[in-house]
Amino acid sequence: MDFGRISRRHLLQGSAALALGSTLGIRGAAAAETTVGFIYVGSRDDYGYNQAHAQGAAAVKKLPGIKVVEEEKVAETDAVEKTIESMVNLDGATLLFPTSFGYYNPHVVKMATKFPKLHFEHCGGLWSDKDPKNAGSYFGYIDEAQYISGIVAGYSTKSGKLGFVAAKPIPQVLRNINAFTLGARLANPKATTQVIFTGDWSMPVKEAEATNSLIDQGVDVLTCHVDGPKTMVENAARRGAMVCGYHVNQSPLAPKAYLTGAEWNWEALYPKFVKMITAGEAIPNFYRGGLKEEIVKVSPYGEMVSAEARKHADDVKAKFMSGEYTIFKGPLVDNKGKTVIASGTDRGQQDPELEKMDYLVEGVIGATA
Amino acid sequence: MADASLGLWTVPLAVFGGAIRVSTPFLFVSLGECITERSGRINLGLEGTLVMGAMSAYGISYLSGSPWLGVLAAGITGALFGALHAGICSLPRVNDIAVGIALMLLGTGLAFFLGKPLIEPTAARLPAIDFGWWSDIPQVRAALRINVLFLIGVAIAPLLYWAFRSTRWGLLIRTAGESADAARAMGHSVLLIRLRATMVGGFLAGIGGSFLSLFYPGSWNEGLSSGQGITAVALVIFARWDPMLCLWASLAFGGAAALGPALQSVGITSGYHLFNAAPYILTLAIMIITCSPKRTLTGAPAELSITR
Repeated sequence: MDFGRISRRHLLQGSAALALGSTLGIRGAAAAETTVGFIYVGSRDDYGYNQAHAQGAAAVKKLPGIKVVEEEKVAETDAVEKTIESMVNLDGATLLFPTSFGYYNPHVVKMATKFPKLHFEHCGGLWSDKDPKNAGSYFGYIDEAQYISGIVAGYSTKSGKLGFVAAKPIPQVLRNINAFTLGARLANPKATTQVIFTGDWSMPVKEAEATNSLIDQGVDVLTCHVDGPKTMVENAARRGAMVCGYHVNQSPLAPKAYLTGAEWNWEALYPKFVKMITAGEAIPNFYRGGLKEEIVKVSPYGEMVSAEARKHADDVKAKFMSGEYTIFKGPLVDNKGKTVIASGTDRGQQDPELEKMDYLVEGVIGATA
Repeated sequence: MADASLGLWTVPLAVFGGAIRVSTPFLFVSLGECITERSGRINLGLEGTLVMGAMSAYGISYLSGSPWLGVLAAGITGALFGALHAGICSLPRVNDIAVGIALMLLGTGLAFFLGKPLIEPTAARLPAIDFGWWSDIPQVRAALRINVLFLIGVAIAPLLYWAFRSTRWGLLIRTAGESADAARAMGHSVLLIRLRATMVGGFLAGIGGSFLSLFYPGSWNEGLSSGQGITAVALVIFARWDPMLCLWASLAFGGAAALGPALQSVGITSGYHLFNAAPYILTLAIMIITCSPKRTLTGAPAELSITR
């Protein structure tokens, strides 16, 4: 937010736009210019989580009659409330995307109650019936893309050892590790995934050390779930290992080592949301989806991915696209030998049990605590 | 190629490799701080200097294509920050610790601000020298890919040890640090000596930063330092202001940082938070073992604001 630019004229313009928006409603405002606000927790060119959202914002910018305002490095504290207030009052934003998990409760909920005419779309949060109706949460089943990465990794590894640099053992991360491993074992039933937890979302030295340790153990394909995969991708490529990316396409960083990757597809979803709002349609408060719903996508395959791997991965991708594939289905055993999903049970993506995942499946070397 | 897996042997190897890879920034910052503190001043701002150095090295290397120019730029940036610290501290009744904290915030903030466009591009990296040519084991070869900056740092430590004992300027720095009055009586400007010592300290810290962004982990981002500069300043205290001990302490810290990931990679997964905390536990343990209520810290320059 450039506070140097705020003048009385801006203030008047802002409140006029707001008044217009609130008297005419969203449908009326669409005739004029609609302002959409994006808020990021980190830097928007981090080759990771925030860049994925910023690419979505860039796609929204291309729509006619839409103005986009952005602010990066907004902490998950009441700082986000101040940002929202200034976006609403000064820029006249009517649709807001606070994109970080920790923004939701209490901050987004509070702001949505305060500005009942505006729309808030939060990434990752769990909207519940008690929350304001003008707030919503969306998230993607990126484990589907990780599963495809796993298949490619399973075909590409020579040692049968895969590596996963993870931040913290929370359900979302564990789900990615498990999906990646299950995919790899589809291609190579003997494949194992060695996981290293660094303890936090952005620890470049630890991530580099973890990458080196994994490669020292004979791991030859690595992936990760940290905020900025750049460190892992670059260090693995320097050691001659192959990588699968995460969040966005990191192939420009290591074109020779990049197999594929699990990416967010916000540039498909965000323009869709904006069009729905400007057309006066309601976005479901709880919005989820995977490859089929175009919320996640798989990076284009690297040159060294074999024809066999491509075919298998494309087959499974096609099944995801038609909605007839389940990743987590019984019998599923964890790496301590305990059955976590009984035979005959299919846990589809919407299953709330998956959001509570606290185990690592058979084939993962590592522990959740 | 030998067997791809070394099993448990990876742990000592990773700690050894980690000691070399991770220790360099600690080494440069602690040697720099050693010079500054020996002259009687504490510069806590070296965390900011380290981050500024990392950012400017990356930026210059990216723009010019020469990583060595980047290292030089980092050093100069560090020296300027040192000069700023010393300049403010030469005003009467200014507390060097408070100024240091202010400069730490300024350095990190400024580096994040100026470094914004540098997160995405990839800059030219510093080369590594392959000392592992004699081995067929890829892990050993990887651990022995050593950067020249590490070797320079290792060479500076004994040089500094010798210089403090046996050279004229070493004596001057120590005099300024032990008794400002004595230095003045000899006809030297204490402020000038401290200005130079702080600038040299900043220069070395800046170079330590260039190692982070140009060699290992090898790219610029905002979480790059995560407190290594501050740790290195603390390290000087438990190294008793002795450059050789700074070297061993830095190596121990580097090795300890590699311990957590290495243990997880061989399947020792319980309590990894504890292993990740190893460097800090090490600091606390050494501090507790070596401190005594009966005397001041041995080797502490008498003019330091913490001992005075």
